[in-house]
Amino acid sequence: MLPALEVQHVSKHFGQIHALADVSLSIYPGEFFALLGPNGAGKTTLINIIAGLSLADNGVVQVMGHDVLSDYQQARLNLGIVPQELVFDPFFTVREILLIQSGYYGLRNNGRWVDEIIERLDLSDKAHANMRALSGGMKRRVLVAQALVHKPPVIILDEPTAGVDVELRQTLWEFIKQLNRDGHTIVLTTHYLEEAETLCNRVAMLKQGRIVALDNTHNLIGQMTAGNSLRLRLSPDTLPEGLQDRLSKHEDGIHELRIDHYVHIESVLAALRAANIEIVEMHLQQPDLEDVFINIMKNNNLTK
Amino acid sequence: MTGFFTLFYKELLRFWKVGFQTILAPMVSTLLYLLVFFHVLEAHVEVYPDIAYTHFLIPGLVMMAIIQNAFANSSSSMIQSKISGNIVFILLSPLSYHTIFLAYVLASVVRGILVGLGVYIVTWVFFDIPLQLPIWSIIFVLLGSGILAVLGLIAGIWADKFDQLAAFQNFIIMPLTFLSGVFYTIHSLPSGWQYLSHLNPFFYMIDGFRYGFLGVSDISPYISLLIVASCLMIISMLAIRMLRTGYKLRH
Repeated sequence: MLPALEVQHVSKHFGQIHALADVSLSIYPGEFFALLGPNGAGKTTLINIIAGLSLADNGVVQVMGHDVLSDYQQARLNLGIVPQELVFDPFFTVREILLIQSGYYGLRNNGRWVDEIIERLDLSDKAHANMRALSGGMKRRVLVAQALVHKPPVIILDEPTAGVDVELRQTLWEFIKQLNRDGHTIVLTTHYLEEAETLCNRVAMLKQGRIVALDNTHNLIGQMTAGNSLRLRLSPDTLPEGLQDRLSKHEDGIHELRIDHYVHIESVLAALRAANIEIVEMHLQQPDLEDVFINIMKNNNLTK
Repeated sequence: MTGFFTLFYKELLRFWKVGFQTILAPMVSTLLYLLVFFHVLEAHVEVYPDIAYTHFLIPGLVMMAIIQNAFANSSSSMIQSKISGNIVFILLSPLSYHTIFLAYVLASVVRGILVGLGVYIVTWVFFDIPLQLPIWSIIFVLLGSGILAVLGLIAGIWADKFDQLAAFQNFIIMPLTFLSGVFYTIHSLPSGWQYLSHLNPFFYMIDGFRYGFLGVSDISPYISLLIVASCLMIISMLAIRMLRTGYKLRH
């Protein structure tokens, strides 16, 4: 299958800083893909290169098979970008902006689709308001709408939920999930890892301009060797001899036991019952993307 | 073509929505120049035999208004978009660099012409100014405002902040405009200054434009046409190159 987005050996430096070092990445049609990494890891730089806002030092980038440099018009027709910065044109209303944006993509009479996006992004009340009069969250929605006027098959959202309240975050994700179900390829960056975990089927992690992890979300979490852990508060506060080798931590009256498989829970409970120890509090902790993220970032200390 | 017309229309709307500032204000200031210079100099200055100073001055002022506003439009539009960041909406779009160039430049030409036409119509009510060879004037309006619109685009792309744009305007555009023979004929200057004036491309725009009104000029309108058209071509190539390579726009 032809990748929706193909990044091959892309490097970029700003002065002495290597923003991207030989990054390669293929994202396939219909994927919901997360690009994760700490601030300054090169996520936005990579997006800018895909968008044609930045020029790579070397490497090739293609959107739906179209090179972003030599075939930039086709590449951009296939791409919708929601920039991270809340930028807007203060001279126009929401609807004017969207119609103008449609025109840039060669679309006349795009009013019906524009009205539909306005409706679906809950912007109807503000359709004829000037951009200046909009709150930050509203401006963010307009940015999303602008990226969609030409129904691009590939949509990239650079931190779409930064500084956005809970309710809007929910509506925004519902909308983006719907777009993904409709067949759009979605790429996003976010600092909210639980969002990436629930939404995205595949994840790339960037650190200092390099890809340090690239896999589907389940595999990444499954790779966590630490696995699950069982946190117990016991009465009396002692652990039977037979469970000592499972103990990973004991603080504030909480025993944390390693559990590699769920069947081990049964043997832990049996050992406690046998020792006549009562469970006051129990909590099963599973690794999430955040643990994976922290683990990977810690274990990939690259030389600067 | 839809892309071009949309960007062109957007650029027109941009200044039209603030028309007091972009059309009426420059008209008023040009008319104030006219009022003052007319009052002070009309009886004292004869530039060409049998031609009233007002008849000499008005075409100059009209052309000055046109070129200043053509420059102001493309330069301010570009730098505002750059500084506020909304230039990305154009950069993300499939608009070709030729399209971007044409839309910005033509919208700025339109603004220049609107201001110039406004000034001309108002003066026409009070002074009977002959327009003997209108085709010459039209050609020089288009070329002259085109040059300044392109210069504005270049300045807007080059400048990182309003301060640099103001420097470009005050240290390059203003001196070239005021020393181009708007208010005087260069024959009245000492020979050294006459020579310097011939190096100023703005001089040929004004002189050629005025030829359309008066039928007389400091130098042949054909030479002016050649020089002005060449200037437009050279700086257009420069501006298109800047857009194509993404100079200061795509990093």
